[in-house]
Order: sequence, then structure tokens, then C-alpha cells
Amino acid sequence: MTILNDPVSAKLGNRQQLSYIASQAADARLNVELETEGMTLNIGPQHPATHGTLRIIARLDGEQVVWAEPSCGYMHRGYEKLTEVRTFPQVTSLINRIDWLGSFANEVPFILAAEKLMNVEAPPRAQWIRTILFELSRIANVSLFLGDLGVQMGAITPVFLAFRDREYVLNLIESATGGRFHPNFDRIGGLKDDLPAGWIDETKVVMKKLRNFCDEIETLLFGNEIFQSRTRGIGVIPRDVALQYGLSGANLRASGVDWDLRRDQTIPLAYDKVDFKVWTHPDGDSFARCWIRLQETREATKIVDQLLDGIPSGPVMAKVPKIIKVPEGEAWVSTENPLGEMGYYVVSRGDLGPFRVKIRSASFNNISITPWLLRGVYVPDIITILASLYFILGDIDR
Amino acid sequence: MHPPRLKGEVSPLSSPAETAAPIVDATRDAMVAAIRTTLGSAVVDTLVKPGDDIWVRVTTESWRASIQALKDTHSFDYFCFLSAIDWMPSPYGRGEDDPSEPAPVRDTVIRPGYTGGDTRMQMLVRLVNSVTHLGINIKADVPNGSFTIDSICTVFAGANWHEREAHEMFGIGFTGHPDLRNMYLPIDFEGYPMRKDFPLLARMVKPWPGIVDVEPLPGGTDDEKDGANEDGVKVEGAS
Repeated sequence: MTILNDPVSAKLGNRQQLSYIASQAADARLNVELETEGMTLNIGPQHPATHGTLRIIARLDGEQVVWAEPSCGYMHRGYEKLTEVRTFPQVTSLINRIDWLGSFANEVPFILAAEKLMNVEAPPRAQWIRTILFELSRIANVSLFLGDLGVQMGAITPVFLAFRDREYVLNLIESATGGRFHPNFDRIGGLKDDLPAGWIDETKVVMKKLRNFCDEIETLLFGNEIFQSRTRGIGVIPRDVALQYGLSGANLRASGVDWDLRRDQTIPLAYDKVDFKVWTHPDGDSFARCWIRLQETREATKIVDQLLDGIPSGPVMAKVPKIIKVPEGEAWVSTENPLGEMGYYVVSRGDLGPFRVKIRSASFNNISITPWLLRGVYVPDIITILASLYFILGDIDR
Repeated sequence: MHPPRLKGEVSPLSSPAETAAPIVDATRDAMVAAIRTTLGSAVVDTLVKPGDDIWVRVTTESWRASIQALKDTHSFDYFCFLSAIDWMPSPYGRGEDDPSEPAPVRDTVIRPGYTGGDTRMQMLVRLVNSVTHLGINIKADVPNGSFTIDSICTVFAGANWHEREAHEMFGIGFTGHPDLRNMYLPIDFEGYPMRKDFPLLARMVKPWPGIVDVEPLPGGTDDEKDGANEDGVKVEGAS
């Protein structure tokens, strides 16, 4: 009876309450049966289900996880230290390798932080193009997630669809910036270049294709009974736990927190010029997280369409000195990246390079909840829970 | 696949002064006043940049209690990140010195940033109110020598990994942290890589190629003033 009076379970919805009670019961049972030796299962660092080199060490009791801990650091590249020996314009070529699937989005908050310190604002056209490329990175990133999701559960088809349709977006990014994965296109004060001719029409065609892709994934995957039974009620994160661990992006919104940095902060990007919906889900389970990402991909295509219609003319570069010295000060800028909140705390000493850059990446916080979340789940659910949390290794280790 | 690019038309742009943020920020000022009332003597210094952000520096002793109070009283319930800043200027500069030349003389004075500081290391935590979306940066000095401060794991469970990271990168001890194992580095790694006196070994082993392959920086002293070059678009070649 104590479980029903539990303060955490009282706050949850009906469905969540049931799964919470089930997990508490599993916990209680584990505590009784813990005399058995148990077994340690090592997953990774090289494992197709771990998106890179994340290693998970799980102690099992039968099929249930008693204790699990991800082991990071197989891809630590020390970007925070390296930024200290780079000049401000050089830093973007490093940081767009943090989340390599949505790399343009990594450059934006850093450039915005530097611009904030310099008191420079990019011209409107540059802001709009930045926003468009930002959303394209999101689409490229999340569409791969949607395809990969199927693979984690044994469905092969979605990943082929995802790779096919992501290619269209990558081609767009390539034709605008010159780089498929690492555009390095954002500059302090604007952008490297303007859009190529015909790009806008081409993008509109691709956005239609991507909306079709979302529909396909929805019918193929989200309506699938196996998919639903493997994600519904699995890996439930309540709202207050999500906030405590600093979860962000779709993971936070899936726990019912209505918070999107594109809408809820004043930032020199064109998000205030477009009309879009921020989706939330009350369940907080694996299904909710995946569903939110699907809806966000759709919203992103709509944002791009709206921006393409109203893109202002003018220069894409503000007047900035050739040799960029950023005035002394501290600035924090974060944006709603494909994986969640990505922010840079930049300390400048009036020098050519930053004095200290703290990179707050979304996946580091998102994955730090796993020791809490994986306790008591069954082994196959480890894979679906990790897949639904969605992380990029470079974004954890930096 | 690469159609010709359109060149953006260049026109004179507004000066930064015209787009500057408003001078008064009533919301943040009120918040800082409320925080001063709640925390009392724990607050050392505060700073509000209108329309931008809040910085609050609290005493080392009240670190955990202050964050608990900010969470409970002012609903800063979202844990964004925890890190540290080493305010000592790097004795190695940007690692671009020519090894055949005598070492240049560098500034060794420790100058803290916003809201001041008395020690070399400083803690930095960012919390956000998940309803009003107002953020706050909280700083606290970490005593020289011991480099130890209270852990805030009990306040925000998410601080666990961030403190582990700060421990291995900056060598800061967290009293009350359950498990300060290394996250990234090998167990027997010596030194704290993010400290400014830890050399970037890549630059030590092989000197920066820029030393031998010197290219003049684009533009002389004149160009630095007027900014954009002839086509007015690319101005980034400084590096």
C-alpha cells in the first residue's frame, strides 16, 4: 500500500502510475532475490546499438538490470581545451564535430555568443539563412534517428528510407555550404556566402519529400504493434526527474515540460517570424520521446517552408574587422539543437581566442540519467531506452 | 550540383549602438533583489546584464545551501550545467611559441571575470526556472590549495556527472559526492588537463606549423579599422 501513497507516483498519470508501480514492485522483488550472484553484461564499446563507442556495463539478475552505468570517454577529443589555443573564427571547425549529424546547428550558439560579446548582429538575411540551415540540420539529424529506431527493434526497412531521404537534405546543405557533414559556414557577423541560385525551389521540393517520409515512418513504425509494445510504458521519466538531470529537447518535452528554446527565448534567429507548434507528450516513456521527434521533424519542414517564403534580401555579412578580437566579458548562449539544449559559456579576455569555453552539450545531460533509468528494466529494453534517449557519442564526450 | 552563387548586395549596416539591448531589465533586477533577500549574507556580488543574464556569486561555505535555496524558493528547478573556470592566465599562451626563441614574458596576474573572485578556481553553475525560463549563473570561489567544495548532488541528481567531469579536468574535490571516478581519462592519468598550467601536449610534441609557415595576416593596421574587403562578403580570413 505504501507504493500507492508514494508522492512520486501520485503525480503521474494513470498509465504512468501503473508502470511506476510495476517498476517499484520489480525493485522490491530484486531486493529479496539479490542473494544470487548475478551477472555482469558488457555492451560495447563497439556495438551497433550504441551509436558509436558508448560502453554500458550492466549487472543483471536473470533478465533484469540491477545496476547499469555507461562508460564514456572512448571519444573524448578535448574540445574545451583545444578552443583555448584557437582563434574565434577557427573554433567553428572544431565544434561542428561535436554532434556530427547536425553539425551546422553546433556552430550557431557559439557564433551567437561571440557576436553577443562583440555587440554585433548578423543582417536579417543571414539570420534567416542561419535558421533555415539550422532546421535542415535538425531534419537530417532526426530523420536518421527515426530510421535507426526501427533497426534497434529488428525492423530494417525504415533505416533505408531514412538514409534515402536524408541524402536529399545533405545535398541541400552541401550545395549551400560546400560541406555535407561539416559545413563550417557560420561566421561572426553573418555567413560565409549567400545561397546558390535555385536553392529555394529545390528546398521546397525536398521538404515535401521529407513530409512524405514522416508519414511513411508513422505508418510503418509508429502504428506497428511490436513497436508500440516495446516502447509504451518503458523507460518512464517523470517531469521533476527530467528537470533535475537537465534533460532537454524532445526528452524533456516527452515528460510534459512545455519548453522549447526556439520559442521561449529572445535570440537573433528568425524563429519569431514563423508559426510552429511545440509538441509535448504527457507519458514520458520511450514511445513519447520517439513520437515527439517525429512531430518535430514535420514542424521543422514547415518552419523551413515558411522561412523560404519570406526570406529578406540584403547582405549576409555584417561589418566586422578582419582580425576578430572579442571584447572582454562572459556570455552564455544556448539553442534548441536536434539533440536538445546546446550552449556555450564563452569567457573572453579581449584576445584573438577565447579564454575558456564551456560546452554544454545535450547528450551529456541526456545520458547521465541512464544509471537511474535503466535500473530494473529488462535487457532488451536497454536498447530501446537508449535509442529513444537519442545521443551522439561526440555530443557526450566532446 | 553547384549552381552559380548569388552575391549578396552590400549596404551600410546599422551601428551596434542602435541595436543595443534596453538599459533597464525590471524582471532580472527584481529577481536579483529577491535573491539577495533570500540568501542574505551568502551573496558576495551580483551582476545583471539587461536583457541578457544574471550572475550571482555566493560564498564557498554556502554553496550547497544557496543552490538549494534557489531551487526551493525561486523555483530554479532546471539544472543546466556545472563546470569550473581556471582564472590563471596560461603560461603557455596559445602554444604557438617558437621553441628556438627565448620564452616570451606573459601576464601572470589572476583577474577574475564577472562578479569578481578571490581564488584561482571558480565554480560555475547554471540553473533555469522551467516555467519563466529565466536563467541564472551562480559562481563560488574554490579555495586555493585544497581545491575542495561541497557537492550539489543531493540538490540536483544531474550534477553527479558534471562534478565527476570537473573533478578529473580541474582537480576539484567535491565533499559528499558518492563516486568521483574518472569519466574520460585512464584511471592512472596524472594531472588535470583543463587547468591552465597543464600544457596542451599536442602543441609541445610538435610545434605549431604556423611558426615555420608564416603567412602575413590579411590587411595591415589600416584594414583592421574598416572591416569588409573588396567584395564586402568574406571578412573571415584573419586566421
